[in-house]
Amino acid sequence: MSDFQQRASHDEPSGLSRRQFLTYALGGTGAFMASLVAVPFVVETLDPIRRGGANRFVNSGHKVSEFNKTLPQLVEFRAHRDDGWNSADIPSRTWVILQPDGTPLAMSPICTHLGCQVNGTLGPDGKPAPAQDGQWWFHCPCHGSKYTVYGIQSPGSPAPRPLDVHTVKVDEAGYLYLGPLQQRNSSGQVIS
Amino acid sequence: MLKKAYDWIDERLNVTPLWRDVADHEVPAHVNPAIKMSAFVYCFGGLTFLVITTQILSGMFLAMYYTPDITNAWYSVRYITDEVLLGNVVRGMHFWGASLVIIMMFLHMLRVFFTGAYKKPREMNWVVGVLIFFVVLGFGFTGYLLPWDQKAYWATAVGAQLAGSIPWIGPYIQTLLLGSHTVGALTLTRFFAIHVFFLPAALLVLLALHFIMIRAQHIAGPL
Ligand code: HEM
Ligand code: FES
Repeated sequence: MSDFQQRASHDEPSGLSRRQFLTYALGGTGAFMASLVAVPFVVETLDPIRRGGANRFVNSGHKVSEFNKTLPQLVEFRAHRDDGWNSADIPSRTWVILQPDGTPLAMSPICTHLGCQVNGTLGPDGKPAPAQDGQWWFHCPCHGSKYTVYGIQSPGSPAPRPLDVHTVKVDEAGYLYLGPLQQRNSSGQVIS
Repeated sequence: MLKKAYDWIDERLNVTPLWRDVADHEVPAHVNPAIKMSAFVYCFGGLTFLVITTQILSGMFLAMYYTPDITNAWYSVRYITDEVLLGNVVRGMHFWGASLVIIMMFLHMLRVFFTGAYKKPREMNWVVGVLIFFVVLGFGFTGYLLPWDQKAYWATAVGAQLAGSIPWIGPYIQTLLLGSHTVGALTLTRFFAIHVFFLPAALLVLLALHFIMIRAQHIAGPL
């Protein structure tokens, strides 16, 4: 029999000294009361975690039939953003091209290196023109990242992955709707 | 584990005497409600401090979502109340706590008054107490404007008129109080700064003085 058990069986029927019991009881009550105050603070602070990113689709104002399979076209639209108690329609841009299977690909103009706006290749008329070197169509003015018409970066680019793409929807009338942005891996597959 | 960490620190900094000084400080029999129930009146000072602590905490957490700007203040308060998880609870704590501080402080003051505890040698602590009283009223006055709703706006408009009615210097005081000639954007930023920076700083200094003096002079003896 250990010391503790001996004491427990002879001196203190409960196995706890009176002083210890009081310490636990007061400590427990105090901790309970303090947590009543603290829990709302913690929950309130964690609130942003439960809010997802923007999840809405907005009408691009263009029909899918207006786009083509050879060159991306610039689309200006207003992305809706709920930001705390503010809510605004932010002027935004996206480049849209039709993939070989005819589905629209809407690429964000934000360089995946450090976030500059990439330029498409434009002719003297300001309209999209074929890539000058026949391959790299988007050029980033900041550190020279280059991308194909599908937004895939060149091997030597500092950009780590292709241009992000919007999830898209098309309504019955054929209008293109733009949703949240998604990242792609180097073979152009959407990863998140 | 905890004990080891404590011992490690204690060995280097000798912190035990710091808390022992407070923990072993004996509660005089005449202020101990466990001995005589009516001694609970001596708890009001400590209860005031407890509520002030929760006010400071809940205020800090409200400030994470609040914005002191006339176009957004009300929306940010509505966001706290309707959108943030348990935001209404945190706001509720601050809202009801604001009245509770004043009630507790008043009961504490009545106890000090009716036990004659303000008499020599404790006159200075009574004076510090009165300063604390004004600081807490200042919290209530400035905090009331922050939600920027009708009640907030008009209460401040009336408060400013009161200040403005002082002979001669009234209009100058009113302008300085509002930061402008009307209740507006400058009033809101000014009241916010006073509410969350100036008054808490003043309150902490005054409370420190209050408690240091109590330790130096002890609680006043029984009646
Ligand atoms: C004795 C201490 C205090 C008192 C009596 C007090 C009083 C008040 C009152 C009456 C309101 C208006 C509440 C409402 O109508 O919803 C308020 C709001 C506010 N207080 Fe305090 N306050 C105190 C301490 C503090 C401290 C220390 C801070 C921050 C460091 C703080 C931050 C705020 C904020 C951000 C608001 C606006 C949010 C809201 O209106 O719900 N308060 N306060
Ligand atoms: S940001 Fe585009 S290359 Fe660096």
